[in-house]
Amino acid sequence: MLEIKNLHARIGDKEIIKGLDLTIPAGEVHAIMGPNGSGKSTLSYVLSGKPGYEVTQGSVTFLGEDLLALSADQRAAAGIFLAFQYPVEVPGVANMTFLRSALNAQRRTRGEEEISTPDFLRLVKEKAPLLGISQEMLRRGVNVGFSGGEKKRNEILQMALLEPKLCVLDEADSGLDIDALKVVADGVNGLRAADRAFLVITHYQRLLDYIVPDVVHVFAAGRIVRTGGKELALELEETGYAAYSQDAA
Amino acid sequence: MNANLRPVRTAAEQSLIDMLDARLAAPPLGSARLNDLRQEARAAFADNGLPTRRVEDWHYTDLRAALRGVSPLAGDAAEPAAPSAFVEALRVTLVNGRPQTLPSDLPPGLTLLSLADAIAADHPLLELIASDGPAQYDAALALNTGFLGEGIILHVAAGAQIPQAVEIAQLFSGAEPGCIFTRILVVVEDGAALRLIERFEGPAERAYLDNAVIELRLGDGARVDHVRVQAEGEAATHLGTLATTLGRETHYDLFVLTLGAALSRLTVYGRFAGHDSHMGVRGASLLAGARHADVTLFVDHAVARCESRELFKTVLADRARGVFQGKIIVRPDAQKTDGRMMSQALLLSDDAEMDNKPELEIFADDVQCGHGATAGALDDTTLFYLMSRGLPEKEAEMLLIQAFAGEAVEFVADAEMREAITARLTAWLALRAG
Ligand SMILES: Nc1ncnc2c1ncn2[C@@H]1O[C@H](COP(=O)(O)OP(=O)(O)OP(=O)(O)O)[C@@H](O)[C@H]1O
Ligand SMILES: [Mg+2]
Repeated sequence: MLEIKNLHARIGDKEIIKGLDLTIPAGEVHAIMGPNGSGKSTLSYVLSGKPGYEVTQGSVTFLGEDLLALSADQRAAAGIFLAFQYPVEVPGVANMTFLRSALNAQRRTRGEEEISTPDFLRLVKEKAPLLGISQEMLRRGVNVGFSGGEKKRNEILQMALLEPKLCVLDEADSGLDIDALKVVADGVNGLRAADRAFLVITHYQRLLDYIVPDVVHVFAAGRIVRTGGKELALELEETGYAAYSQDAA
Repeated sequence: MNANLRPVRTAAEQSLIDMLDARLAAPPLGSARLNDLRQEARAAFADNGLPTRRVEDWHYTDLRAALRGVSPLAGDAAEPAAPSAFVEALRVTLVNGRPQTLPSDLPPGLTLLSLADAIAADHPLLELIASDGPAQYDAALALNTGFLGEGIILHVAAGAQIPQAVEIAQLFSGAEPGCIFTRILVVVEDGAALRLIERFEGPAERAYLDNAVIELRLGDGARVDHVRVQAEGEAATHLGTLATTLGRETHYDLFVLTLGAALSRLTVYGRFAGHDSHMGVRGASLLAGARHADVTLFVDHAVARCESRELFKTVLADRARGVFQGKIIVRPDAQKTDGRMMSQALLLSDDAEMDNKPELEIFADDVQCGHGATAGALDDTTLFYLMSRGLPEKEAEMLLIQAFAGEAVEFVADAEMREAITARLTAWLALRAG
């Protein structure tokens, strides 16, 4: 589904991704673990098309298409979704309006019919309670006045409604208590499917107890330095990242 | 005789004085009081002329430099096509300041009178015209008073709750540019309620001058919800003055939507004359091209326990320029005043400019007042967030601009009016997006 080859990317003059190779087949969950500042969020932004990130070398192919040639909105319509490490507050745009505009915009880009109001309401009514998002929160501005945990759950709600093909979760667990963590994990697990893949970025093994990965990658200094099964996460929990950081330096 | 060190009159100033003199030389119109008002206004204008940037209240809008010439007074003209409905309302149409056929079948308690008829009949309500204006010289107001003669009087009897909204459509019509001086008096007696809409429109290709003054009086316990849509023709100059005096326990909410005119200035004088009243003065200005729009507010807390809220949102594209000046004055007796003023500008282009000047002048000690001003571009991170969810850039921008202006629109109490304003915002944005 996703194939990244020898990717180099920079912000301004600073190279952050330094020769990354990563292949994620459909149906799999891949975890990326790595120290602070190693470039994990940068990778997620490069994949989702944030302006300001310059790819200097390499390629990213998504479902056979050159992903890097697409704008952020086109990538979303193609099936890329990024659950932000720090979800953004959008005052004055009601959560509900936002969800609907996003869903319809993606459909238009794909040349599909817009969703009808009753169908949309039914969909929201079905998904929102599973993530503990109340009617009142749906009426409020996007993420405005939401707690850290509520913001994260709202990201997963967006993901559940937009039904992307590749879900990139950037520290979906940060700031969550154990109950919220389960809610988020259930939301993610409910979306696991043969034609969908996940890239789960995290520092801690804890999240991976709930969202069990097929493959774990260790990311340091801008590239993948080791790849293994889910037991690699446990090992990292023991040893920390020190060895890899030195390796990279 | 006049020791003022005034520069030579500009062509525009001289034509205005000549026009005023011609008007005043004609047989007197109405009472001695009205004629005195006109004469005083003429004298004040002759002394002070058009304001330059050296006049503090006009610092960002140099009217003297901007008004190159003045065309003759606009005469009778064919009634142009009626503007599309804003909300369902009882409509009064003024063409070049002159009321067209007034609607019959008015709800009980509502009276509409053409100003010309009122003057001919020496109507007692005329006493209220120019009886509570600003203390300082105001060129736009002085000119309007000098030409006083056309316009309309709207009266709501004590206790009457007018069910329909009343719309005053002020249109310019003519094959040549012209100038209009319109005076509107709205008297809402004790305990009465009115929803009022003012609209300004004119042809895009005419460089006309529209000088419009509206004076509102709210009796004790009265409520007025006022929406003003300035959508003048693109080449027009709009000089608006709005003076509202509030009695005790009144509720007055104004929303100003500014969309049109090459150059526009709105001066709002809001004065609390009775305790425990509320005044909301809010608006949104959507400016593109080389438009210049100035909104200047004076909110005078003359008595205790009143609350005022001022919130203006300005969206600037291309080379447009926005000006917001606001002054909350809290007089020594106005204890327990609660006043909040905020002006926010969204700059969509590097060539756009916003000048913000909110001020407080406080002479009482037990008050809660605050003001602020911001100006900035759309936030890149927010824009990316929306795009990452599938919204194309233009659509994401539109949503954010709408949200920005919407924060002021949401204070309009009437849902229909809110929707009508939002529809105008959307239309403006859609037009810009192409
Ligand atoms: N806009 C920017 N300009 C310059 N440097 C940046 C910018 N954004 C990120 N960086 C730098 O890029 C490096 C990688 O940042 P990134 O956020 O991708 O790390 P991360 O692995 O996600 O870290 P964390 O685990 O703390 O979330 C850091 O050194 C950071 O300071
Ligand atoms: Mg990060």
